[in-house]
Amino acid sequence: MNAFTESLFTAAALIVGADAALWQVVVLSLQVSGLASVFGVALGMAAGALLAVTRFPGQRGLVLALNTLLALPPVVVGLTVYLLLSRSGPLGEWGLLFTPTAMVIAQTILVLPLAAALTRQLVVDAMHGNGEQLRSMGAGALLCAALLLVHERAALLTIALTAFGRAISEVGAVMIVGGNIAGVTRVMTTTIALETSKGDLPLALALGLVLLSVVALINLAIATVRALQARQDEGRPR
Amino acid sequence: MTAAPLIELERASVRLGARTALADLSLAVHAGERIALVGPNGSGKTTLLRLLHGQLPHQLTAGVRRVARGADGREPRQAMLFQRPFLLRLSVRRNVELALWLAGVRGGERRERARAALQRVGLLAEAERPARVLSGGQQQRVALARAWAVRPQLLFLDEPTASLDPHAKREIEALLAEFAAEGMTLVLSSHNLGQVKRLAARVVCLDSGVLVADRPTAGFFNDPLPHAAAQFLKGELP
Repeated sequence: MNAFTESLFTAAALIVGADAALWQVVVLSLQVSGLASVFGVALGMAAGALLAVTRFPGQRGLVLALNTLLALPPVVVGLTVYLLLSRSGPLGEWGLLFTPTAMVIAQTILVLPLAAALTRQLVVDAMHGNGEQLRSMGAGALLCAALLLVHERAALLTIALTAFGRAISEVGAVMIVGGNIAGVTRVMTTTIALETSKGDLPLALALGLVLLSVVALINLAIATVRALQARQDEGRPR
Repeated sequence: MTAAPLIELERASVRLGARTALADLSLAVHAGERIALVGPNGSGKTTLLRLLHGQLPHQLTAGVRRVARGADGREPRQAMLFQRPFLLRLSVRRNVELALWLAGVRGGERRERARAALQRVGLLAEAERPARVLSGGQQQRVALARAWAVRPQLLFLDEPTASLDPHAKREIEALLAEFAAEGMTLVLSSHNLGQVKRLAARVVCLDSGVLVADRPTAGFFNDPLPHAAAQFLKGELP
């Protein structure tokens, strides 16, 4: 048996045996990315909807910047939040650096542009076809956007799941602002990076498998939402 | 007709980009009238409906649009029915209630009026079904219920039966005839000259954004017409 298969078997044993250290890391990862997704998606969707229905000077530039931020590198977010929260930074007195809260802040900033840009496009497209009919019933621009978000709720769920997928699989931001402290700020991705560099492959592999499963579950959820929506739309007589 | 018109356009023009969609058009709509807008594709029928309904941004329009106000100082209630109605991914009942909510009708009354409107169009049994799984004709009836529920004095209809089969067409026409008999003012655009004869008492013919004829229905079909209107009729009635 080679080292890889041996590590794989040990990793499987860790998962099946519900290893405490492993599950602590998994739970913290889900908590941090879950909270960041809730905040980032809520703020991002509101900002995206607002940006879709309002007109103001500099709006095109803002949309361009927002679309650019879709490819925001996690390490840049980590560095920015680090500078803000470090002892000499403007928010240093809050004492949040190297805490899970700092990690939530960083991941919130990471997923917010994603949620905002995708929501903006969703509302713009929906307004184009249907906004006039809602306006004709007396809905103002913001109300139109809110109603179209209700109408496109399946697509919103897909955006939320995509944001969670981006948060849980990133390593750069949480590594910088969390510090990868055992039992405090160590999450799946940072643990995988650390354990691999130490040569402890079973734990890294076990976490890799859990992370893959989480991402697979997210993709399954997205596919299910789309299929349900398609089935409902296809059920419509022509 | 001596009473003040509900809506009056005076030398109204609409520019959509480089194109003049309506040019120097004057038209008065009086209470209880049944007006059909006819003309070739691109002649400005939909633009005229949108202008009468107050749905066009001011920066696109020129001329005067006067709307009569009642004793309470309010403009007449209006609703518009589109060729392809947009129904939200909600139940039939909730779609009708939404229109009432937007019109400022309160909770208990909203439910009652939605029920009455669905009964009126023969869709009470479908009230709890998702609106978007209904057939095209049923969806148009939901849209009609949604419009009727707000008790409009003025109903604008943009080719309301263009995409429907003959049976669904007859159902919609019968409902419109009932509404008109109750005193509702109707302004509809249509390519169906049979429908125009059945529903309208006055015909307004447009060509390239210009009003070329405005006659009682019988006069429009039987009397000599200006060249553009005569050419249109000739094309439509072989």
